[in-house]
Order: sequence, then structure tokens, then C-alpha cells
Amino acid sequence: MATLKLKKNKPLVAEHGTKPFTSPIASAIVTIIALLWTVPTLGLVVTSFRTKEEILSSGWWTSFTNPSFTLENFRTVLFTGGGSLGSEGMIPFAVNSLAITIPAVVLSVGFGLMAAYSLAWIPFRFSNHVFYGLFALQGVPLQLSLLPLLTFFATGVQIGGHQILPPLGIVGTLAAVWFPHVMFGLPLVTYLLHNFVSALPRELLEAARVDGANHFEVFRKIVLPLSLPAVASIAIFQFLWIWNDLLVALVFAGGTDDVAPLTLHLANLGGSLGSKWENVAPAALFSIIIPLIVFFSLQRYFVRGLLAGSVKS
Amino acid sequence: MTWSSFITSSGPKILQILAVLVIFFGFYGIAFAAGARVQGKKQNVLALSLFLVPALILAMTGLGIPAVQTFIESFKNADSSKWVGFANYTRAFKDPDILLAFRNTMLWIIISPVVVTALGLGLATMLNKMKREALAKSLIFMPMAISFVGGSLIWNLMYQYQEPEVNQTGLVGQIMKSLGIPLQHLLLWSPWNNLFLMAVYIWGTTGFGMVILSAAIKNIPSDIEEAAQLDGASGFTLFRTVTVPMVKTTIIVVLTTAMVGTLKLFDVIHTMTGGNFKTDVLSNRMFDEHFVYLNNGRGSTLAILIFLGVLPITYYNIRSIRAERKH
Repeated sequence: MATLKLKKNKPLVAEHGTKPFTSPIASAIVTIIALLWTVPTLGLVVTSFRTKEEILSSGWWTSFTNPSFTLENFRTVLFTGGGSLGSEGMIPFAVNSLAITIPAVVLSVGFGLMAAYSLAWIPFRFSNHVFYGLFALQGVPLQLSLLPLLTFFATGVQIGGHQILPPLGIVGTLAAVWFPHVMFGLPLVTYLLHNFVSALPRELLEAARVDGANHFEVFRKIVLPLSLPAVASIAIFQFLWIWNDLLVALVFAGGTDDVAPLTLHLANLGGSLGSKWENVAPAALFSIIIPLIVFFSLQRYFVRGLLAGSVKS
Repeated sequence: MTWSSFITSSGPKILQILAVLVIFFGFYGIAFAAGARVQGKKQNVLALSLFLVPALILAMTGLGIPAVQTFIESFKNADSSKWVGFANYTRAFKDPDILLAFRNTMLWIIISPVVVTALGLGLATMLNKMKREALAKSLIFMPMAISFVGGSLIWNLMYQYQEPEVNQTGLVGQIMKSLGIPLQHLLLWSPWNNLFLMAVYIWGTTGFGMVILSAAIKNIPSDIEEAAQLDGASGFTLFRTVTVPMVKTTIIVVLTTAMVGTLKLFDVIHTMTGGNFKTDVLSNRMFDEHFVYLNNGRGSTLAILIFLGVLPITYYNIRSIRAERKH
């Protein structure tokens, strides 16, 4: 995602543009693709409401001609639990997902916005070097970080047998999962916010400086309020990205259910329950409900963040 | 689960969320209140150390230093106790399992970004100013919000296999049966199973390409289009001679973003096949070397190879950013 940038809010539908294909054939193709993109999710939704016997004996699409639905699966998955579902159902895992996602989003966007302001508006030597360095870190796949970071959390820093930094003591806690997300997210978040913050009108910031406001006041009274739309779109991005992550959770949640987020639990369920769709389907549906709500209610911001300058005018 | 068990197990976690927020906003609240009094040259240093230094330390601890460590580890043995030179690298290019992961990763990088970009461009062009454009876009874009774990399970359901004589429970199986195509265990059917896994990625990512390309198309000035139409261009000619050249940069953005995405893609393989049935890819293999076979040296080597794959794209991006910053 290295090339997304945030500049200004463009209208989602422009007044003009090229319009080469507007035939009935184009409409038909688009309709087919839109259906193709929706039907698999619909299958999951329908399956979640079917009984175990029905799931095993017929396809979910037969439920449209033969409707008989049950809420029993959701009761099992959400409240009673049992077997590989865990004794308390899915809700504790949803709490874990929130407890990982909220701190990670707030801290990465918070630190990112301050760093973006520094790089854009505080003149200092090597400012450019720091900017390019941070940008280059986006090109480091997080795969390179997993094991060294895990070791760092567990044993601190030792050089030649001397303990330079003690272990952080967060292994097996929620912090061990959200902390890496903050670090991995920072280069991209800072870069995106920098594009926005550096495009704020120079006269506005300079006028405030002339009136005697220092960096702390300029940031709090001008930059922060003006950046809220950009902050919102990037926070939504980070939210979806972290909520949906599997790899970081797999490595840093250390195989304990106590701090495992929904995605990790779901991946385990998919493996261990195999074809027990009466459990897997509602669990999967439950795990995608929150991101879908976030997505549909904040789609405008999300799209804006996505576009943000990757399209040049 | 009862209320009391919910509060015992989740109460402390909710408190932790609050504690993190209180500490972060509390600290910076005080820092801003105090910082507002500082004037003169000193404020630059103070502002930089409170605004920029934390982010730099976090990014260096999280990515910069570990990347260097991984590079060093890639020249050591399984438990990092001995130097082995390039042994891990030469082995990576000989081991048949890793070579298979290479082949599959290449297939992924070549096929999925092209499909995502082509579909995205086609959809963006056709949808432009079509009736119910927003609805169709929402539906195609929706999988972006679904995790690849969730997406993998959704498609597992689509791909379910049943014996030909019984009722099919997977929609793809049903369609194949109706069309008289012999039924297959789709996820076991090498090498085609790689394509069925890619379908999940393409399904999840096409919306991204479509939305970005659509905005680029809407940005094409109408006079250019009108001029082309006056010259008699329409339909596919207009698309080929006006739309594609005008959104070329955006096409490259989508293509390279999807390439980096596929190179690092892990969730789909891990959830759907675990790399079995000849579907392994580099990032999944890397995970297995580290955390299943506990071989740091080989795991690190594969991580470095992934990095080398991403490197040309990073280099290209930095170059375009520099060019842009100079303006």
C-alpha cells in the first residue's frame, strides 16, 4: 500500500469523465460480477441459520425454496460454546480483538500525526533523510520482523552476554499483540498523514506563529482540528487492517486463547472443526459483522482515504 | 456464558484498553499544556523529541533493527549458534519444497495482480455513470472489509466436495454437476488448486483496484474525451486510446500494490490448505520454517528473499516520491 497518499477531498462522483461502454452488455457483465462477488458471502449468511442436518444433506441455496431457519447455531457459538469453540463461545475473542485493535489504532494514528507534523512543519537538519528513511521502512515486509521482535520482547537486548535492556515482560499479554501493530503501522500512517498535513495552507500556520503560538499550540489548535477527516479515514484503514490480521496475531498471541483475536480463533476453528459448518459459519459471520458495520457506515471516509492522491489530477 | 463470567474474563481487558488511552492522552495532555509555555529555539527541540522521536524509536525497534537482525540470522544455522555462510541460500534454491513455493509465488505474482487490475479497470470503465453505480461498487468493494480468514472460510464453503451421487453442498460443485463436469476435490486438485486459492485473493482485492481506477477515470478532463469522440473514437477504441493512457500511473499503482500484497500473502494459504497439496508459497513456508520446524536460519533466508522481491517496487516508489517532493 506504499503508494497511497492523502491530498484533498475529491468528490466521489465527478461531473464528467470518459464513458466508452454503456451498452446493455456492459450492464449485464457488471450485474453478473456484482452477483458473483456477493453470492459467496450470502452462502455463509444462509448457512449460519440452517440446522446441522440440513447443512450436511443439501446445499444452502435450497433453503430459498424450502425455508426453515434456526437461531440455535448463534446461541451455541456466542453463548454456550463447547468443544473447540471454547467454553465461553466467541464473545471473549471479540473482546480480545477490540482490546488489540483500539490501542493499536489510537497509538499508531496519534504518534503518526505528531511525526507527520514534525516532518512537515518543524525545520531541522536531516529532516529529508528521516522522511525518506521512514518511507523506506514501508518496504520492509513485516515477515522480517517477526522473530527478532518476539525475541526482543522475551529476552530484552543482550550484547556479548551483558543485558543492555531487560525483557519487556509483555509476552502472552494483549500488549504483545497490539504493540507490534503500532510499530508496523507507523511508517505508512505517518507517510499518509504527512501528505495531508504538509498540504495545509502555509499562511494559516505562519499567521498563528506570528501571533506567538508555538508548535504545541499550532498542532493542537490548527493542525489537529483540520486533520480530523484524514485522521478518520486512516484510522478506519488501520482498524480494518488490524482487526483482520492473522499473521501478527499468530506469532505474538503465543498460541494462548487468552489473548487470541477473532481471526486467530476462527482460523483454528476452520482447521479443527473441518466441516462442522453449523459452528464455523456463524462464527465467521460474527467475526465479519463489526468490520462490515464499520465499512458500510463509514464507507465515504474509507474510500476517500483509499483514493487520497493515488489519483493525480 | 453468564454475565459474571463475562465480567471476570473480559473486565480486566476492557480496563486495559482504558488504561492505555488514559496514559497516552494523559501524558500528551500534560506535555501539550507544559509545552505551550516554552518559547524560542528550545521549543523546536522539545517538540521534535515529543512528536517525532517516539515514532522513530517505534519504527526502528519494530522494523529497522529486526530487518538487520534477520539479514544476519539468514547466514546462521537453525538455532543461530553457528555461521553457515550462504548454505541457507543455496539450499533454498535446491530444496524441492521451497522450489515449489517459489513456483507458486511466481504464479501468484503474475496472475493475481493482473486479474485484479484488469477486472478493476474493466469494472471502473463500465460502471462509470451507469445506473446504480454506487450499489454495484459497494457490493464489489464489500469483501475489502472481510478478513482473508473469513474470506477463506466463505470460499471453503463454496468449494465443498461431495460424492457425485449425493446432493451437493458446495455451490461450485453443484454448478459443475449441473453442467456435467466431473466433480473434483477442488482444493486438492493440483496445480489448479492454486487458481482456486487466488480466486479468494482476487475476490477480496478487486474492489480496491476498481475504486482507485474509477476515481482516476472520473478525473480525465472531458475535453480530451470529447476531442477523441469528434475524431470518431468510441467504445473499445476510446477505452484503448484515451482511458488507458490517461490512467496509466494509477494502473501501475494498483498493479504494484497488488504485487506486494501477493508476495506477502499468508492468510489464505494458511487457512485453506496450510500449504499442503502443492499450494505452498514463500510467506507461508517462511512461517513454517520459523515456527513449525524451528529453523531460524532458513526462515530468515526466506524472509530476506521476500524482501528482495519487494525491493524493486520500494525503490521505484522512493524514486517517484523524490521526484514529487522536488516540485
